[in-house]
Amino acid sequence: MPQYLLSVWHDEEYVVDFTSEEMQRIGPKVGALNEEMAAAGVEVFGGGLQPASTATVVRVGDAGTAMTDGPYAESKEQMGGFWVIECPDLDAALAWADKAAQATEGPVELRPFQDG
Amino acid sequence: MADPTGPRVPEGLEEVFRREAGRCTATLVRVLGDIDLAEDAVAEAFTVAARRWPETGIPPNPGGWITTTARNRAIDRIRRESSRDRRQQAAHAMMTTPDDPDPDGAALDDLVEVIADDQLRLMFLCCHPALSTEAQVALTLRLLGGLETPEIARAFLVPEVTMAQRIVRAKRKLRVNHAPYRIPDHAELPDRLPSVLRTIYLVFTEGHTATSGDDLTRTDLSGEAIRLARVLVELMPDEPEAVGLLALLLLTEARRPARTAADGTMVRLADQDRSRWTRRLIEEGHALVRACVRRNQPGPYQVQAAIAAVHADAPTATDTDWGRIVALYDILIALQPTAVVALNRAVAIAELRGPAEGLAALGGIADGLLEDYQPFHATLADLLARAGRPAEAASAYDRALELTTNPVEATFLRSRQAALGGVA
Repeated sequence: MPQYLLSVWHDEEYVVDFTSEEMQRIGPKVGALNEEMAAAGVEVFGGGLQPASTATVVRVGDAGTAMTDGPYAESKEQMGGFWVIECPDLDAALAWADKAAQATEGPVELRPFQDG
Repeated sequence: MADPTGPRVPEGLEEVFRREAGRCTATLVRVLGDIDLAEDAVAEAFTVAARRWPETGIPPNPGGWITTTARNRAIDRIRRESSRDRRQQAAHAMMTTPDDPDPDGAALDDLVEVIADDQLRLMFLCCHPALSTEAQVALTLRLLGGLETPEIARAFLVPEVTMAQRIVRAKRKLRVNHAPYRIPDHAELPDRLPSVLRTIYLVFTEGHTATSGDDLTRTDLSGEAIRLARVLVELMPDEPEAVGLLALLLLTEARRPARTAADGTMVRLADQDRSRWTRRLIEEGHALVRACVRRNQPGPYQVQAAIAAVHADAPTATDTDWGRIVALYDILIALQPTAVVALNRAVAIAELRGPAEGLAALGGIADGLLEDYQPFHATLADLLARAGRPAEAASAYDRALELTTNPVEATFLRSRQAALGGVA
């Protein structure tokens, strides 16, 4: 069955703080969606990420391996978390993306995996 | 039997192709489960037809002949390609609806019968909201209209390579995303139907007022849009907005013979020789509008059709029932509160209550929204001229001319601007 990446995007650097009003509101919605996905048998894997500022980029060049601090894409918009789901087709995946966007209150990108 | 006297078949083939290509492709996409395989197969079948039909004549059911031939050729090719490559696997895996049997199975023959619903499936696939509007339009013309990529590129004034890339990307996106080949459920229609209606409308308007080129209209695209709208109404007769769209297109198309003068210049609605309007289209459009009114589920296309019907009712421009038109625009702006609707409403108000009221209504449109919209400046210029403000009108015409890409429209605007001398 086709697999899709649902990634959740943020316009600004965020702070992981489960006591914030926002997280108090969003957390339970995301929890409910996780349960719904599990019940429907669509979720392969998912999770929330620490802020992009915690990322490290590793590159292999002529002079060997180099690391740089921070995310690869130098843009304000960064991925904050994702689901990998498995469902029959694009329309089913879009319906899950819609639920994800509502639960996370942020834009969700849907992207198919390469087959096999 | 071959007809030795006349090589009529090449033209006949062209007509058959135009009429049948979309339907055949729609069925082949379902049977083969892949857009590219379907297109190749249909093209191959037409090549065979071009060779054979001059000798045998056009068969009684050309669509069925093309579809069956295309199916057989495609299956042969799939079997020949012993590698059973990824594309074939994809063809099996993709876009099959649950009730579809295995495409290799014997039941295939029954499936090849051209099924009207396939065209609807293909419309919803081409107009999938996951595609950009531009891609939806291009794919619809390519797959349902059977237009060649260079023709579509010319129609939308983009380089051929750009259009080819747009179509290839759209098809790839649908394929790798496993877009289903199905008609959306009733509950999904509010999300899915508007993009189909908008695509058909955009094809029509591109045909009706070409953005460039010396002809004001491009008959082919308008005709194709009307054909698609007819198919949609035939297959979804209970969707009032589909009926409204068809009515709007017919009533607009009816004015075509009067839209350009003998010298090719544009004629405004108010100045058109209404005896040149196509009565047959007006009558058909009227009947559809009346059916919509009876159903009483108004939507933007139905209200626009009703406005076009009021215009069509008036034997001369001065007989126009502007009170009704303003009332319809009041409904339309509630349904579709856009700056363009507000602009057209202001024009109607000017006709009903004079240019000063029209200008006041124009003034209510948020600044900047229409700054680059040519009709806004053309309308502003016209109302200013009629309100006895020729200097301001002249500069509004300047701005409208800057924004015009259609030479026929530019000639019209220049003549209006030149006529200001008389107002001053």
